[in-house]
Amino acid sequence: MQFGIFTVGDVTTDPTNNTTPTEGERIKAILTIAQKAEEVGLDVFATGEHHNPPFVPSSPTTMLGYVAAKTEKLILSTSTTLITTNDPVKIAEDFAMLQHIADGRVDLMMGRGNTGPVYPWFGQDIRQGIPLAIENYALLRRLWDEEVVDWEGQFRTPLQGFTSTPRPLDGVAPFVWHGSIRSPEIAEQAAYYGDGFFANHIFWPKEHFQRLIAYYRQRFEHYGHGKADQAFVGLGGQVFMAKNSQDAVNQFRPYFDNAPVYGHGPSLEDFTEQTPLTVGSPQQVIDRTLTFRETFGDYQRQLFLMDHAGLPLKTVLEQLDMLGELVVPTLRKELDAKRPAHVPDGPTHQSEIERMSAREAARQVADLDGQSAVAAEAARAEGTATHTGAAFGIKGAQS
Amino acid sequence: MTDTTPIAPKQLVAISSGLSQPSSTRLLTDRLADATVADLRDRGIDVELRTIELRDIAQDITNNLVTGFPSTKLQSALDAVAGADGLIAVTPIFTASYSGLFKSFFDVIDNTALTGLPTLIAATGGTPRHSLALEHAVRPLFSYLRAPVMPTSVYASSEDWGSGADGVASLPDRIHRAASELADAVQRSDRSSRVVDPFALDASFSPVGGYGAQ
Repeated sequence: MQFGIFTVGDVTTDPTNNTTPTEGERIKAILTIAQKAEEVGLDVFATGEHHNPPFVPSSPTTMLGYVAAKTEKLILSTSTTLITTNDPVKIAEDFAMLQHIADGRVDLMMGRGNTGPVYPWFGQDIRQGIPLAIENYALLRRLWDEEVVDWEGQFRTPLQGFTSTPRPLDGVAPFVWHGSIRSPEIAEQAAYYGDGFFANHIFWPKEHFQRLIAYYRQRFEHYGHGKADQAFVGLGGQVFMAKNSQDAVNQFRPYFDNAPVYGHGPSLEDFTEQTPLTVGSPQQVIDRTLTFRETFGDYQRQLFLMDHAGLPLKTVLEQLDMLGELVVPTLRKELDAKRPAHVPDGPTHQSEIERMSAREAARQVADLDGQSAVAAEAARAEGTATHTGAAFGIKGAQS
Repeated sequence: MTDTTPIAPKQLVAISSGLSQPSSTRLLTDRLADATVADLRDRGIDVELRTIELRDIAQDITNNLVTGFPSTKLQSALDAVAGADGLIAVTPIFTASYSGLFKSFFDVIDNTALTGLPTLIAATGGTPRHSLALEHAVRPLFSYLRAPVMPTSVYASSEDWGSGADGVASLPDRIHRAASELADAVQRSDRSSRVVDPFALDASFSPVGGYGAQ
């Protein structure tokens, strides 16, 4: 089980003293927070990608490259990387480069962006959001999995004889999570490729995500990547702690009431009841987080949102101390003990090397046996897309 | 063996966005709902009526606008509308149009939830001079949502509650004509018995891309 934090990277006025950090201060604070994550024993740091104020992280791999140099064990990730408006060629190269720099401590999460205008700003059409995400990711996959790519699609100029450089570390692409809050198409694609599915359920009631995650798990099994309970699930979470739970509520309330996303809307109490937000003692955070497993099944990654809504750096670092000392060790122990042996742990570069070589072996068997669900889908898609196979299960794959 | 499967009752939902207690908007809503139910029962059709006062979920609607998700209470109202065979939507006319609360409810509901839903529109106002707001504001709202709107819309101004006729037809006449049109459409609707797959993918969908481009 992997635990970590994810940042949205908002620059927000602290409502308790009316001060606002500069962009520079906020960027440095995020870097400090990332290093703190490793110090307190967390496994993952993930940064958002935004191209509009008041958010600062527009260039995730620049930021993560720095964190890579300053840390030893931390997995560097994103929350999310815009698969719609970034050129998949650039994503392939940026993250393969980061893999080499960070000795494989890299994965990433695909997303579609937080604001409509980001599409036209990057020359795209928001009405094509889903088809664009699906096609771009399919190309990204091939750029990592195949040495030389000939490709033609709907949205990007064709590629002839293109090799994305550097090649992924050890020939194995970074693990990919697909983030989605409502699109079955994204869950379907995650399942098709045997990738992870991240449900950032911090703003939504759990029933909605229960259905979406169950769908992803079912499709993961359908495409032959393992049993439904072996699919890779990540969850969001949002906490604020104090030793005494009423202190936590009192300290957090002004930040909650003025937060950019949900501020001036529901009460802290209503929001806590309806979403995973937990404001209280470390024990309350532990108890609440353990219910996620009961709701969604054994899962691989838990990310918490800790540095938002104008919380000062000092407070965030104190929160991370509590998370690392008082919450995560217990959660790790409990969740690891409950996870059955056949359910995978959180993905790492090493586990991906093993999974991909097992997949390659299975592919060779499938080639002899004929069709698999994945091959059937690829064959069905032949009419609309030139597709010569990914690194698994597909008859005639070139890698 | 004869088919003993009971026929599920038709689902009728009435929405009132009146704000005062008691409200003439609710009064009109109830008159329309009762007339529709009576009309359906005369045809031997079993019907279940659910009346939703938007005032009771006003905060939930605002919170949904702010956070992007509905509370359990609001979700239940949204589900009732989405799975109905007929809808009666009644708003007071404020500033030449539907009330903000009325519009907000239809802003947070999924934009495909009303597709094919037979809808009777009605409104209340202080003066008969606002009656065409039903035609220039409320009807287009439901047309956008692809809900077939009944030809008769019912506008009740204050004086309608105390007069016999406006020279064309009295309020009870208009209510009965509208209710009969809605009952006709509800009788034919199978919306409430449909099974909806929220994860249904477009037939052209492929996880390897190359679909949906225009």
